[in-house]
Amino acid sequence: MASVGQVTPQRLHFEAPLPLRGGATLAGYDLVYETYGRLNAAKSNAVLVCHALNASHHVAGTHADQPRSEGWWDNLVGPGKPLDTNRLFVIGVNNLGSCFGSTGPLDTNPATGRPWGADFPVVTVEDWVDAQARLLDRLGIERLAAVLGGSLGGMQALSWTMRYPQRLGHCIAIATAPNLSAQNIAFNEVARRAIITDPDFHGGHYRSHGVLPKRGLTVARMIGHITYLSDDSMEAKFGRAMREAELNYSTQEIEFQIESYLRHQGDKFSEYFDANTYLLITRALDYFDPASAHGGDLSAAFGNAQGIQFTLVSFSTDWRFSPARSREIVKALVDNRIDVRYAEIDAPHGHDAFLLDDARYHALLRATFDRIAAEIKADVATGTAP
Amino acid sequence: MSQRNAEFEAVASLVPVGSRVLDLGCGGGAMLEHLQSVKGCSGYGVEIADDNVLECTRRGVNVVQLNLEEGLALFDDKSFDVVLQLQTLQNLRNTEHMLRETARVGRIGIVSFPNFAHWPNRLSVLRGRMPVTRDLPYQWYDTPNIRVGTYADFEVLARRMGLQILDSFGLRGGQVVRRWPNLTASAAVFKFERA
Repeated sequence: MASVGQVTPQRLHFEAPLPLRGGATLAGYDLVYETYGRLNAAKSNAVLVCHALNASHHVAGTHADQPRSEGWWDNLVGPGKPLDTNRLFVIGVNNLGSCFGSTGPLDTNPATGRPWGADFPVVTVEDWVDAQARLLDRLGIERLAAVLGGSLGGMQALSWTMRYPQRLGHCIAIATAPNLSAQNIAFNEVARRAIITDPDFHGGHYRSHGVLPKRGLTVARMIGHITYLSDDSMEAKFGRAMREAELNYSTQEIEFQIESYLRHQGDKFSEYFDANTYLLITRALDYFDPASAHGGDLSAAFGNAQGIQFTLVSFSTDWRFSPARSREIVKALVDNRIDVRYAEIDAPHGHDAFLLDDARYHALLRATFDRIAAEIKADVATGTAP
Repeated sequence: MSQRNAEFEAVASLVPVGSRVLDLGCGGGAMLEHLQSVKGCSGYGVEIADDNVLECTRRGVNVVQLNLEEGLALFDDKSFDVVLQLQTLQNLRNTEHMLRETARVGRIGIVSFPNFAHWPNRLSVLRGRMPVTRDLPYQWYDTPNIRVGTYADFEVLARRMGLQILDSFGLRGGQVVRRWPNLTASAAVFKFERA
């Protein structure tokens, strides 16, 4: 199957201030996005892809002059792929607070003329969704055929059905949860403490000190990475394999391959990811809890989502966003008599499975997008505005 | 008409127009699709097999992938007009619990299962061998039918559980059988409610 080929990110500036859930207001901001495929004349074939913790607007294709720059969901999005860009117009957008182009802590705070750094306002899933809706306004897209996301991206997809239920036909939420469990928040907190207690962090204003809290970011990524894999997949990939033939009986040197792998992943991550962004995004995860506005009643939170078709997928070995959490969402939808297809894929790869191309998983998404494309075609043929 | 089609038609005719239906062990979703398009029903299927969940998705039928042995905690009391359990009961370990859950979640339950007292099966057992027939094509060692019961057995269980049988009949060779179904029918269909 083909790639969407070379893509060029685009940037839009938004003048109107964005009120944030935390009370602050972002006065003017940029959103960076990419699109794949063609928007039809009725503007009815758009699919928004929401990204998770460490990803971006670069969902598919490659960037010019950058080898190995495939987008993070390139196995799913492209001509002839499950999310087929021959039929659907796909939008990837970078969220506010990111370090990949949309306004975030690396940018200049217009009020001070200095980088935002730690002063960048706390953003939530709901704020991101509001900003995404404004992007659609600018692109002239009144209604999405579908919104799609995994993990934190899935939370955004769910939030869309609560904030803008009239603006979408389908919600596809993969390996996600209606909120984070205490254990999940705990992992995030360990990651944040690793960053914040790095001597190079300087209260988040490391750039004005000319340093980066790389050690903290490395440890944060290491702990995160462990939680995205399953015990079994780690065992299969590394087991107790040693780096050298003999043990060194050293407390500080690398002995096992898993240590080497984690350090490498952490180091790589600390080279390209911003520490303040990591803090912001893990907080957005922690804060997401749509049921809280309804006294903890998740069913009430989906009360306005009638008419939207849901597709939910979880993975059996995902212990960070377990199938039980997806079942909570299913229950809330069933309580509201909302259409849902829920698949529990028996895959060994833990949370990371949502980015892999398991045949059963991709067949299910292909079937879902085939139906979406058929619905659009039928609407265009009969001239009905969806 | 084949037995499968006959069962399909006979069961569909028991479902009131416009019902909210929960189909436990819904397979590829053919029954739900039929009830939706012909009888204006709505509802969900529950299915454990990946290929059937995919088939339901292709059809656009609501489906929840779930092992029925884990119970129906997802569904509230009396949240469906009709709960279907077609050719599923014999594959479940906890038959009584499943029936109780069916009666809890739905106003009406409709179940179908193979009648092991059908006379060719009796003859086979008399000869000293477990039956292998067109309707029960499995050998004793590889059959998915782990709960082997008869038309008459179900009547006893239903009574004991306080289930009111609203209608029941047998099926044989694509025909509805109401005369001596325990002897002459290869499959049993019961429609019941909680008394």
